[in-house]
Amino acid sequence: MTTPQTRTSIAWDYAPAPESPDHVRLRESYGLFVDGDFRDPLDGTRVPSVNPATEEPVAEVAFAGPADLRRAVEAACRAQPAWAALSGLERGKYLFRIARLIQERARELAIVESMDGGKPVRESRDLDVPLAAAHFFYYAGWADKLSYGVGGRQVAPLGVAAQIVPWNFPLLMAAWKLAPALACGNTSVLKPAETTPLTALLLAEILQEAELPPGVVGIVPGDGAAGAALVREPDIDKVAFTGSTGVGKDIHAALAGRGVPLTLELGGKSANIVFEDAALDQAVEGIVNGIFFNQGHVCCAGSRLLIQESVADTVIGKLWERMGRLRVGDPLDKNTDVGAINSREQLERIRSLVSAGEEEGAVRRTVACELPERGWWFAPTIFTEVAPAHRIAVEEIFGPVVSVLTFRTQAEAIEKANNSTYGLAAGIWTDKGAKAFEVAKALQAGVVWQNTYNHFDPTAAFGGYKESGFGREGGPAGLRPYLKVS
Amino acid sequence: MSRLAVPKTYKLFVGGAFVRSESGRYDRHGDRNVPRASRKDVRDAVAAARRAAGPWAARTAYNRGQILYRAAEALESRAADFAIERGEVEGAIDVLVHYAGWTDKLAAVLGGVNPVAAPFLSFSLPEPTGVVGVVAPDEPELLGLVAELAPALAAGNTVVAVLSESAPLGGLDLGEVLGVSDLPGGVVNLLSGRRAELAEALAAHPGVDAVVDAAADPSLAETVDRLAAESVTRVRHAAPTCSYEDAVADALSRLEAVTELKTAWHPVGA
Repeated sequence: MTTPQTRTSIAWDYAPAPESPDHVRLRESYGLFVDGDFRDPLDGTRVPSVNPATEEPVAEVAFAGPADLRRAVEAACRAQPAWAALSGLERGKYLFRIARLIQERARELAIVESMDGGKPVRESRDLDVPLAAAHFFYYAGWADKLSYGVGGRQVAPLGVAAQIVPWNFPLLMAAWKLAPALACGNTSVLKPAETTPLTALLLAEILQEAELPPGVVGIVPGDGAAGAALVREPDIDKVAFTGSTGVGKDIHAALAGRGVPLTLELGGKSANIVFEDAALDQAVEGIVNGIFFNQGHVCCAGSRLLIQESVADTVIGKLWERMGRLRVGDPLDKNTDVGAINSREQLERIRSLVSAGEEEGAVRRTVACELPERGWWFAPTIFTEVAPAHRIAVEEIFGPVVSVLTFRTQAEAIEKANNSTYGLAAGIWTDKGAKAFEVAKALQAGVVWQNTYNHFDPTAAFGGYKESGFGREGGPAGLRPYLKVS
Repeated sequence: MSRLAVPKTYKLFVGGAFVRSESGRYDRHGDRNVPRASRKDVRDAVAAARRAAGPWAARTAYNRGQILYRAAEALESRAADFAIERGEVEGAIDVLVHYAGWTDKLAAVLGGVNPVAAPFLSFSLPEPTGVVGVVAPDEPELLGLVAELAPALAAGNTVVAVLSESAPLGGLDLGEVLGVSDLPGGVVNLLSGRRAELAEALAAHPGVDAVVDAAADPSLAETVDRLAAESVTRVRHAAPTCSYEDAVADALSRLEAVTELKTAWHPVGA
């Protein structure tokens, strides 16, 4: 058992630069977005959506009950034939409109994303929102070129898609799901995550502004039970889920024998591999971006740091020093690097796994920074002397916690990296191009970043190997899960 | 003086060797005894396929294409040995030729360079899923099997196949053809026996990365899905393939079902 190491408190030589929420136009209460309008729930409830940095409600949101889900699916079924019958160009023009409106309301969306989910506004502003717009813009352009995207095959939409997105990138994941589905001529019922429904509901307003035909998209917030009910709706023709591996397996089994196409984007325990010939300062920045980006609430987070033995002490020293300079706190402060943990439940999960790491004998160091009194926070943490069998080396923590393992040879690095039931992403830090390509090829991971980490683009496919799921989002490969081909 | 014939003892094909079922069980097919493979045979076959997967995937696409073409040559030369209608054997040969040509085209069709909005060379390439479990239909016993084997092999996977339950002889004969086609041991493993028993063991095995189920049995399909979910195994259900045309019409979909797309990002400049 080790106690968290403290550090000398650093006096910050900077002034807070809070983003003002004055510009945000939130309603006091949001209905379910069904058949083109916000509606009162039939058998659902109304719950507050809470700011994890303050524990204060941001707005009230309707949660869907079974009858609400049914109504949303029926609306999507009614809307689908006409949506599919539109020319690809016209469908694409709706998506272009949506992309433009997201750009126009970018500032507001970024602030709400940070208020509802706790992520630093710098990240919402620079990554979540612009990428969401870019995804709509990208798939808009595919709508009238679909056959080219699938190797020249004849294409037809699947029908109605049930799409379930997680709480870590609420708007961006909604865009990843909706844009390709709609471009291909499907209609969708989207369920945002329980703790982060607000930007999806702002997106619903954008869909109205874009004059998207009623029923083409339904947005029905709800908890896990609502998601479980949605994928079991009999009139669903496609299911796409991003979330935990456990829930993914449940959905996979629930669809057994039904022939409903499924895409799963699940968990990860991605290896970030630092070779001795890497530019070490650059690598340290990449490690920080890999694990502390979005408080580590990232399915592809570089949560298993593999460092070559000869440079391990140097890298860990530099990393610890760099971690001490991370600014943890108010998500709306533009200087903040690490924001609030998304929910009390998630904070408990992180704490529980971190305790397991200590109990199993790994050495923990946690940055001793001042944390706000209210809200849910977890200071950046590093574990060294981690064994491959430790729970913190095997299980997804989904928090700002990195587990360090070491290796001697390239072969050992590859073996350790692949020694996981997951296979979502990996990072490679080396200055040797030939080595980077060789290692990238050997890694069982859907995305491999060399000398960078956590880069995303609508043109580049994203998705996992092994228990990280199947199907791809992004790129032409992202069209295939939403099309019947012949 | 009449000569006494030398009848063939039918065996499973596992790890490049012809073996009896470890269970010692057999079924009668006509005047032949055919091994009835066990769950343990499935595990042994998956282990053999796993060992063979890395080296097979690491071979050049050109080399894998030549080996598949070699299998077509070998099947053509032994077509008369199959107690199967000539047209079906010829269809199976042509399917092997078709997929032999896919090995070095697949990356160009399913992959490409991603024009990302940042200074990176980003590209996506298909890679084999790994070990593919094939559940062959009852009929056509040979073509229905080869139509699922060939795309899995062309994409760089290794295979454990459950043969036609009612007519396994053609599949077992195919093992002898593949055994002389330069396919490394373990790349293809062929099991005869009770389909449901073997297919369930395959779908539930965590070492199987994808299942191609061409048995067209709805109840088995549901079981396969449910078991596959336990380790996020990819599943493709397909109707039995009855002609060369069927086998190649949706070639790309067959290949997609047994590939993973990997996206790599390499920096350009600093």
